[in-house]
Amino acid sequence: MKILVCISHVPDTTSKINFVENNSRFDTTGVQFIIGPYDDYALARAIEIKEAIPGTTVTVLNVGPADTEPTIRKALAIGADDAIRVNAEPTDSFFVASQIAAQASGYDLILMGRESIDYNSGVVHAMVGDLLGLPSVSPVMKLDLEGTTVKMTREIEGGKEQVEANLPLVAGCQEPIAEWKIPNMRGIMSARTKPLKVVEPVAVQVSAVVKKFELPAPKGAVKMIPAENVAELVTRLKTEAKVL
Amino acid sequence: MNTLVFVETSEGKVKKSSLEAVCYAKALGKVTAIALGPADAQELQSLGKYGAERVLHAADARLAQSVIQAYASVITQAMTAVNADVLILANSSLGTPVAAKVAIKTGASFASNVVELPDTAAGFVVKRSIYTGKAFSWMELKNSKKVIALKKNAAEVKETGGSATVENYSVSLTDADFNTKILSSEKATGEVLLPEAEIVVSGGRGMKGPEHWGILEELAKTLHAATGCSKPVSDIGWRPHHEHVGQTGVKVSPQLYIAVGISGAIQHLAGVNSSKCIVVINKDPEAPFFKAADYGIVGDAFDVVPKLTAAIKAAQ
Repeated sequence: MKILVCISHVPDTTSKINFVENNSRFDTTGVQFIIGPYDDYALARAIEIKEAIPGTTVTVLNVGPADTEPTIRKALAIGADDAIRVNAEPTDSFFVASQIAAQASGYDLILMGRESIDYNSGVVHAMVGDLLGLPSVSPVMKLDLEGTTVKMTREIEGGKEQVEANLPLVAGCQEPIAEWKIPNMRGIMSARTKPLKVVEPVAVQVSAVVKKFELPAPKGAVKMIPAENVAELVTRLKTEAKVL
Repeated sequence: MNTLVFVETSEGKVKKSSLEAVCYAKALGKVTAIALGPADAQELQSLGKYGAERVLHAADARLAQSVIQAYASVITQAMTAVNADVLILANSSLGTPVAAKVAIKTGASFASNVVELPDTAAGFVVKRSIYTGKAFSWMELKNSKKVIALKKNAAEVKETGGSATVENYSVSLTDADFNTKILSSEKATGEVLLPEAEIVVSGGRGMKGPEHWGILEELAKTLHAATGCSKPVSDIGWRPHHEHVGQTGVKVSPQLYIAVGISGAIQHLAGVNSSKCIVVINKDPEAPFFKAADYGIVGDAFDVVPKLTAAIKAAQ
């Protein structure tokens, strides 16, 4: 069994978002980068499968410039066997999906998070599936293998559905598919020498270009209302905020 | 500009987010809507009021279940059939992956989480919500065909008084379109769906236990609202995961978000920061959520919430 786990390199969830150079570039000052939280679930499930099925290998893939390598090494420390970095800025979903598709042949299971927490498109898995002609399912909360059949629980609005498909397939993962894994000292040591292959991107027609970024307008100060006067809140929601 | 809008129904009714998509499309040009699977003809005809000229209804029995690949195939065929320049639909667990697959099949530029009408002064530039609601990007869609998935409230639902013709739309499907099988699904019925809700009432650990959710449900019922919760609450199993609002849960953008007993961790705020109005009820005056709120009440949830419910009933 060969598993490919695609990871994004994203700002920590507590990061303050700012832009520099006339709102054209993300400000990385003081920002800590992590494996995308959803991708971390995908990686954890892949490692569980590796532990359960002898002979399974887990490869991690990231589309990003050289400064994503510490994030990739962390995934290796968690238990992946080797890594591929596609040496390019992950500009948009189609570009990233095309790069993944170009590297993904020969894998039985292609896992990733349901979305990256920077651009939030939530479609790379669906695009990779279509580019490769494979089934794709997301967001997957549970994934079990029965031979070459994969049984999954997918979250939908207000509930969930049970889905089945055959390998090879693409899945976008979310909690509670597996518990996040924390690298141990042995993992961290061995990650330094695990193979990390750098490949150049395949040529892709540019279909979307970010022109500029923008921060939301600052919010006004909170209006406090005394607990003994909830009727005032109702009045204000009706006449001032106009939301009732 | 020719637009095609994929319309979703829930319990027989067209979803409000799909009506928003029709109104968004109407602002861009001629609107053809398409609905898949069983749907009420009268309900589909009513899309005319919001700007659709034609409604294609693919009632094929194989589309009774929402199989994403099959839906994407049908909508791809329909885009060619009506010569659509732009496909527009609402972000959802069905709509967004369908949109992505149609974009690949038609060679279209793609954007999801779109929050406003495009700027067409130079090219076709959409505004997207990114960094989980903490920022926006303006993205130019360069290809002649475009696929856009809308975030809730990207367009106002307005009746324009037109009428639509509903046509049966026959489809061609192959086995490959059914490479995933839906074995079963469970879905809360009769409840307001969280991502669609105009008003959301959410509870956090300050509610002290699942047995105390009754007062929030009562408030939600009075407001015709959906109920949500914070991550710790779904993690410890007080409430189901599909009610978890936040960075790694459901992102909501209702008119009114009422947070009860939620301290307001940055990860929770990321899921609610595009709400129009936020009310925070917390007994801790230092709770960080107050800084992100429009209105705040410092007080005990078990005292304030029933009073609020009563005050709303009195005002209705």
